[in-house]
Amino acid sequence: MREKAAITLTINGRDHPISVEARRTLADAIREDCGQTGTHIGCEHGICGACTVIVDDEPVRSCLMFAVQADGKKIRTVEGLADGEKLHPMQQAFMDHHGLQCGFCTPGFLMLAVGVLEREPDISDEDLVDVLSSNLCRCTGYQNIIKAVRAAAKEMRGK
Amino acid sequence: MSAPGRKQATKGSGLTWVGRSIRRLEDPALITGQGRFTADSPAAHWVRFIRSPVAAGQLAKISPPEGAMVITAADLKGVKKITPMLHKFSYKPVGQPVLAEGVVRFVGEPVAAVVAASEEDAEDIADQVDVSIDETTPVTDAQAALEASAPQVHAEAPGNVILEGKVKTPDFDAIWNGAHRTIRIDARSRRQNATPLEARGGHAAYDPSTGRVTFTCTTQMPHLTRTAICDVLGFPESDLRVIAPDVGGGFGQKMSLCAEYIVLVWLARKLKSSVAWTEDRRENLIASFHSRDQYITLEGAFGKNARLLALKADIVCNIGAYSCFPTTCGVEPLMAMAEMPGPYDVQQYQCLARGVITNTCTMAPYRGVSRPVITFTLERLMDKAARAFAIDPVDIRRRNLIDKFPYKSAMGLEYDDGSYKETLEMAVKAADLPAFRKRQKEALAKGRHLGIGIATFSERTGYGSPAFAARGMEITPGWETVILTVDPSGFVEARIGSSPHGQGLRTTLAQIIADEIGVTPEMIKVVHGDTDRAPYGWGTFASRSLVISGGATLIAARKVRAKLIKIASHVLEAAAGDIVLADGLAKVAGTDRTIPIAKLAREAYTQTHRFKGEIEPGLTETGHYDPPGTFSNACHIAIVDVDVETGHVKLEKFLVAEDAGRIINPMIADGQVHGGIAQGIGNALLEEIIYDDSGGILTATLADYLAPTAHEIPPIELHHMETPSPNSITMAKGLGEGGCIGAPAAVINAINDALSPFGVEIDEMPATPQRIRAALRAKEKAA
Repeated sequence: MREKAAITLTINGRDHPISVEARRTLADAIREDCGQTGTHIGCEHGICGACTVIVDDEPVRSCLMFAVQADGKKIRTVEGLADGEKLHPMQQAFMDHHGLQCGFCTPGFLMLAVGVLEREPDISDEDLVDVLSSNLCRCTGYQNIIKAVRAAAKEMRGK
Repeated sequence: MSAPGRKQATKGSGLTWVGRSIRRLEDPALITGQGRFTADSPAAHWVRFIRSPVAAGQLAKISPPEGAMVITAADLKGVKKITPMLHKFSYKPVGQPVLAEGVVRFVGEPVAAVVAASEEDAEDIADQVDVSIDETTPVTDAQAALEASAPQVHAEAPGNVILEGKVKTPDFDAIWNGAHRTIRIDARSRRQNATPLEARGGHAAYDPSTGRVTFTCTTQMPHLTRTAICDVLGFPESDLRVIAPDVGGGFGQKMSLCAEYIVLVWLARKLKSSVAWTEDRRENLIASFHSRDQYITLEGAFGKNARLLALKADIVCNIGAYSCFPTTCGVEPLMAMAEMPGPYDVQQYQCLARGVITNTCTMAPYRGVSRPVITFTLERLMDKAARAFAIDPVDIRRRNLIDKFPYKSAMGLEYDDGSYKETLEMAVKAADLPAFRKRQKEALAKGRHLGIGIATFSERTGYGSPAFAARGMEITPGWETVILTVDPSGFVEARIGSSPHGQGLRTTLAQIIADEIGVTPEMIKVVHGDTDRAPYGWGTFASRSLVISGGATLIAARKVRAKLIKIASHVLEAAAGDIVLADGLAKVAGTDRTIPIAKLAREAYTQTHRFKGEIEPGLTETGHYDPPGTFSNACHIAIVDVDVETGHVKLEKFLVAEDAGRIINPMIADGQVHGGIAQGIGNALLEEIIYDDSGGILTATLADYLAPTAHEIPPIELHHMETPSPNSITMAKGLGEGGCIGAPAAVINAINDALSPFGVEIDEMPATPQRIRAALRAKEKAA
C-alpha cells in the first residue's frame, strides 16, 4: 500500500512526473502532486461531480479514478480550457448567463459540459439536462447552468 | 453589459449602474480555476478527527498506537468550553468541550485529533486508535426527549428543555372562544443538512517572527470566528488573522463556530507550524450542523367569513446535543415564535416554543432557518381552512393577507411596505388557474393526478441589532461597517465586514458605489473575508448583506462623493452645487470644464497644501449602518404530477412573484431566488437526515442524503415587483432566503391538491414516495 509508483500525468499538455501510492486518487494527484487546484473535491464518492476532468476525451470523476490509472493519458482540467486570454465558449457562457455563484462546483460542470458537447455536439436539450444532472450545484438551482450550456452548445456548433 | 437571456431592467437602464444585470466581477477567477479555496493550501501537518461512533456514553479510554500524536481533551488544559449565551426564555447555558470530555453526546462528536504529516497518514493512524466508550441509552427524537423517563442529555438542562419561549396576546382567550371554528395541523419537518458543495475545512499557520496565527477557513463570519477562537483559547485577537478565502457555499452551516477550528489554531500555536484539516462528506453529513427537525402543532381560529382571528402554536425544535455559537439554539424556536403569523393580518396569538436537547448533531441555522417550516405549517393550515370553508385557496389568502403598511404584528414586529396581495394576484394570473383546473380535471379522467399549490409569505431580512437583542442574545449582531477609499491611483477599494460567498456582493456593492462617485464598477474592488484587511463586521447570513453592508456602502460613498465635490470645487473654482460626478469626471454643469476623478483623488493626497486646511487629507470615508429590518414578500406556486402507484412527484413548473424592494442587479437577484427554490424543493421532496433507534445516522453519503439535481428542478418562472423599503436606505430588501422559504409549502400544498380525490393529507416534509404511498395505503385499508 505504501509503495510508490512513478507515473506521468499529462495535464493540459504539460507532463507532470510524480510518484504516488497506488491508492492515491487522480483528484488528489492533480491537486496536490501537480498543484492544479482548480479541480475541486466535493464528496470523494462519485456523486457530486465537482472533481470532473476530461481523460482521453471522456469526462470522468477524478475521485473515482486512481492516479496510476491515468498514467500516460491526456488529462484536461479547468485551467486548460481558455486559450490564453480568450475564454472557452463554455466559460464565457457561464459568465454571461450567471451560471455560477460560489464557484465551487463550476470547474466540474464546465468539464462535464465541454466533454459531452465535444463528443455529442448535437445533443438534444432533454439529453443535455440528463447529462447535467450528473453533477450537483447547491447555489444556482441549475436554471442558469442549463441556459449557459445550451448557449455554449450553439456557439461550439457554430465553429 | 446586460446579460443575454434576461429582459433589460426597465428602471434606470443606461442612466445608473444600479438596476442593471451587469456580469459579476467575481467570475473571471472562478471560471478559470484560479479561485482560492481553503483546501488549496499545503500544510506541514494534517489532522484527522476521531469521532464518537455512538450517540451516548461515557468515554472510558482512548488508546493511540505508539509514537502517534493524538490530542484529546486532557491535552487541552486551559481551553474553555464553547458556551453561547441567551439572557431570556429560561435558557440553560450548556458548555460544549472542544473535544469530548468524559461524555459523548452524538454520533460524530470529535473525541480526539490525530496529527500527522499527510492526510493519508492521519487517516491510517486514526484507524488504529482504540476508543472505548461505555454506551448509555440515547434519545434522538424531540418528543421522546420530553417524556419524563427520557435520558438526560445535559445535567444543566433537566427534562432536556434548554429554552422555552411563551407569548399570549391579552385578548387571545376572548377572541379564541368566540370564533366560528378552529382548524388544526400537526406538522412535522424532518432533519436537514445545508450541504454546501465545499465541506468545512481550516488551515492554521503560525508565523514565528510575529507569533501570530493566520487561520484560513471556510466561514461566513471571519471576525466573529476570530473573537470566538480567542475567547476559548485565551489570547489577544491581534495575534490571530482569520481569512475566509473563496468559500464554496455556506447556507448558514458555515456561520456557526466549529470546535474543530479551535483545535487547529491551538495546534498551530503548540507546534509553531502549519496545520490543516479538510472535512470529508461523511463528516459533513453526520457532524457539521443540522437543522429544521421540528414538530409544530398550529391551530387557527376563524370567523364565519374565513377571516383568521387567532393563532395558537406549539413549537418543538430538536436542537441536537449542544447550543450553536453565536446564535445559540434559540435561533430556530425563537424565530418560529416571532414570525409564525407570517403575512396574515391576525392580532391574537398564543405560542409555546421549546428547544429540546437530544443525542443528535447540533442544530444551527440553515438558509431560511425556521421559516421554511413555519411557512409550510401556516400555508397547510390555510389550505385546510379553505377546504373547511369550501372556498378557493386563493380566496382565503385574499381575505387574510396584510394590505395596510406599516403593519404591527401580534408579536410587535413592524412590517414595512410590501405587496402581499399584489404578488398573490400576479402569481395566480401567471399560473392561469382556470386553465390549470380544466387541465387537472381532464388529467384526472385519464388517471393522472396533477396538483397546484400556493404559498404566500413575508420574509424578515436585514435584521439590525434590535432584532437580535429582542432574543436576548449575548452576542448581538446587526450593524455593518464599510471603509471606502479612492487611492492616489484613482482606483477604488471598499473594505467590508460582510463576507459574501457566492452572493455576488463584490458586484452589487460596486454598482452602488459607481452611481455615487461616477466611476465604472470595474474600477472598484470590494475587499472582504480577511480580518487584517476588512473592518469588524458580522459576515454574511440572514439575507442581510445587501441591505446592511449595502446601506453602509451607500453612506460611505455619499461621504466620498461629498469630498470629491469639495475638492473639485476648489480645483475648478466653481460652486460645489455646480459640480457633477459622472463618467470618471468631475464636471462644472453647463460648462466644458472637467477634471478626471482620478486626478482629484491624487490631489487629495499630494496637493493638500492647496486646500488651505479646509479639506482633510486623503480620500477614505467610513459608513456604518444598523437598520430596523425590512420584510420581503412573495407568492410561490408549484404544479406537480403525482404518480399514485409509486408515490413519485414530478414538478412540472414553478412560478414566483416576488418583491424584495429595489433590485440592484436583477440577474444576481434571480440567481438567488432560483437557488433557494432548488433547496426548498429538496426540503419538500428529498432531503432527510435519518437516525436509527440507536442514534446512528443512516444518511452519511450523498447517495442517501439526496440533494436535488438538474432533473428534479423544473423551469422556474420569475415575476417581480419592486416596493421600495422605507426601512432600508438603498430601498433594497434581502432576498437570499426567500426561495427556500416559500418553495416547500407550495410543493406540499400541490401534492395535497393532487391527492385530494383520495382524501389523503400529507403534513410532513420531505414528502417522499414512501410517505405518499404509506398515506394512500392507510386510506385504502381504512376504506
